[in-house]
Amino acid sequence: MSQGVEVVGLYVQDQEEALEFYVGKLGFQVHTDVANGDYRWLTVQHPDQPSFQLGLFAPGPPVHDAATAQMLRAMVAKGAMPPLVLVVDDCRAACERMRAQGVEFTQEPVDRYGTVDAGFRDPSGNGWKVIQMRSRAKAT
Amino acid sequence: MRRLLRAKDRMDAASQEDWPVRRLARVSGVSEAHFARSFKQAFGLPPHRYLLTRRIERAKALLRDTDLSITEIAFQTGWESLGTFGRTFRDITGESPSAIRARERGTAPELGRVPACILSAAHRPDMTIAVSEKRRRSADGI
Repeated sequence: MSQGVEVVGLYVQDQEEALEFYVGKLGFQVHTDVANGDYRWLTVQHPDQPSFQLGLFAPGPPVHDAATAQMLRAMVAKGAMPPLVLVVDDCRAACERMRAQGVEFTQEPVDRYGTVDAGFRDPSGNGWKVIQMRSRAKAT
Repeated sequence: MRRLLRAKDRMDAASQEDWPVRRLARVSGVSEAHFARSFKQAFGLPPHRYLLTRRIERAKALLRDTDLSITEIAFQTGWESLGTFGRTFRDITGESPSAIRARERGTAPELGRVPACILSAAHRPDMTIAVSEKRRRSADGI
C-alpha cells in the first residue's frame, strides 16, 4: 500500500468555472465529481500524477457560515492564498499553449536560475508558478 | 476584488512603468473614483505606495544580483532622477543603494529552490506609513 498525501484543496469562486479552467485549459482530468446535497466534492488530476488529486472547493455551507465564506472568497480573489507550482517539460511551449487558451499570465517566461519560469492565475485568483524541469533546461 | 488583483498583477509585471489611477482603473475595469480607496481597503496600502514598494524591491534585487550601475538601476526601475532614487531608497530602506549592495552580495545557492517571486517579496519594504511621514519622523528624531 502506498502512503502519502492524496488530496490537497484549493478554494475557488465557482466550481464550474474552475473545471473549465483546470480541465479545459490546463489539461487536468476530472478524478471525482460527486454532489451531496448542495455540497460538491470535485477533484482533478494531472495526467502524469495518478496518485495525487487537486481538490477544487467552493467556500460555503455546510463547512463555512456566510460571513466566513465571503471572507474566504475575498482572500482568494485578492491572491492571498498559498502559491502553487506546476513543473513542466518546456516552460515556453506550455505557456504558449495556455496563452492560446486565454490563460491570464502574471509573469511571462523568464530564463533564470538555470531554468525557465513563468506565472499565471486561475479565474478565482489562485496564483501558479510554472517551472521548467531543471534536467531538461534548454540552452538560450 | 479579483479586478483589483488584476491591477496589482499589472503593477508587479511592469513596476518601472507609470501607473496613474486612470491607467489602473482602465486595466482592471474598476471605476477611477473608487479605485484608490478600494485598493487600499483590499491590500492595506494605496496603489502609489504599493508601486513604490515593488520598485524598491526590484532595485534591491538588481543591486544584489547584477553589476549594473546605480544610475542604470534607478532608470530601469522607473525613476527619472538618480537623486530622487537615492533619496527615496534611503528613506524607505534606511540605507543607501551602495550600502545595500555591499551588504547583500553573495546569497546562499540553496535559495535557488525558492520561487523567485517569494524570494523577491522577502526583500520588499514594509510601508504602512507614507514616505513623507517617515521623513518627518526621522527629522523629528522619532
